[in-house]
Amino acid sequence: MEKLLHNIIEFLPSLLKGTQFTIQITFFAIIISTLFGFIFSLCLISKKRYLNKPVRIFINIIRGTPLLVQMFYVYFVLPDLGIKLGAMQAGILALSICYGAYHAEIFRSGIISITIGQWDAAKSIGLRYHQIMSRIILPQAARIILPPMGTSYIILLKDSSLASVITVRELTRAGQLIASTTFENLTVFTMVAVIYIILTQLLNLFIHAMEKKYRLK
Amino acid sequence: MIEIKNLHKFFGKAHILKGVHLQVKKRDVTVIVGPSGSGKSTLLRCINRLEEIQEGEIWIDGENISSTSTNVYKVRAEVGMVFQQFNLFPHMNALQNVTLGPILTNKKPKKEAEHSAMELLRKVGLSGKEQAYPSQLSGGQQQRVAIARALAMQPKVMLFDEATSALDPELVGEVLNVMKQLAQDGMTMIVVTHEMGFAKEVANRVAFMDEGIVVEEGPPNEIFDHPKTQRAASFFSKIL
Ligand SMILES: Nc1ncnc2c1ncn2[C@@H]1O[C@H](COP(=O)(O)OP(=O)(O)OP(=O)(O)O)[C@@H](O)[C@H]1O
Ligand SMILES: [Mg+2]
Repeated sequence: MEKLLHNIIEFLPSLLKGTQFTIQITFFAIIISTLFGFIFSLCLISKKRYLNKPVRIFINIIRGTPLLVQMFYVYFVLPDLGIKLGAMQAGILALSICYGAYHAEIFRSGIISITIGQWDAAKSIGLRYHQIMSRIILPQAARIILPPMGTSYIILLKDSSLASVITVRELTRAGQLIASTTFENLTVFTMVAVIYIILTQLLNLFIHAMEKKYRLK
Repeated sequence: MIEIKNLHKFFGKAHILKGVHLQVKKRDVTVIVGPSGSGKSTLLRCINRLEEIQEGEIWIDGENISSTSTNVYKVRAEVGMVFQQFNLFPHMNALQNVTLGPILTNKKPKKEAEHSAMELLRKVGLSGKEQAYPSQLSGGQQQRVAIARALAMQPKVMLFDEATSALDPELVGEVLNVMKQLAQDGMTMIVVTHEMGFAKEVANRVAFMDEGIVVEEGPPNEIFDHPKTQRAASFFSKIL
């Protein structure tokens, strides 16, 4: 028992350091992937073929390849094309693109669930596209978008562990390093798991607060 | 004031409006009647440029609003439209529904917009309902908010597309009364409706549409009682 406590205290600092990286990657990837997703979805719902076709193809490519491969691609292949990124940045970018593709579909289904009558009414009082989107469509679509989006954010958080393969010392990688030198597999990976649970629960709280905000009046 | 000349509208290959001619004078209340699918809604939607037209011209107050150089947002702001399904914004209360256009499109200060909106809601008989959300209002009340929303833009003309068709029968009257009041105040109106009572009582012009054209147009008693064309005669014999 004493040894367990001693181990926990010894492992915690480097696991928390890893947690910090995990939070950073997740935070930026959530923001950027949501932005990508929204922009992609606007292209998808556009009637203009030069907008919807290329984005549709791009999304199919992203959804058809493993995130792990995308990580390698961004980190090892992009430098050959002259785009050099740090491991952190590469991880964030790969996650953002991958999840951007999924988020595009989530945005799209939310946006097209709003009846055409809302567009007509908004246009008839002279509103512009961006005003209709921000004032009329998105606030209503939020109800439909947020639940799957929340699930997606949680999976993204867990998938940030894949950044370990491109040398980012995030939580999973930090655990691995401790375990490989101390062989305290049970303690280390239980701690890692508990930290992930705490993080996902915190994210859950945030998502529920958002859902509450957009509940129907 | 409004002049529609040789208006053609296609949806893809489907030829929907096939050369519509129509004139509406200032303060006219023109009722458009005609069988389902004859293009009544499409015509209204062209007048406020919710639909682009392929041929012809629409003039409002000496301005060719169908020309590509005309600012489409300005046209829509100047032409009020009321829809069959109300299309209120469900996440906004009555007051917010009415003030949104004036604030965003006409750049009115919020206080001023709210002041006029309260006045308009009072005019359509909804004082005290400013804070109510659409889901808390009856169909008739919702449609009256929608009318106030359109009026808040201070339009040159109001278009009504079957504004009472989605209402329970006992709620039709309250909306028709608001429309009647509006007509008496001198608003120029184009009204698509199946309410022949309204047409006879309030309209000073009736246009009969069939298969994408205005077949006949004239004062109500002339059109209803002495239709010149067989098509109009057989349509009225069914509905009057
Ligand atoms: N967005 C659209 N795309 C393709 N066809 C359309 C579209 N809108 C209308 N139409 C077609 O145009 C024709 C005229 O429709 P419209 O709605 O103008 O008729 P209407 O006279 O208003 O009929 P109703 O009395 O049933 O409302 C119909 O055949 C309809 O199917
Ligand atoms: Mg119609």
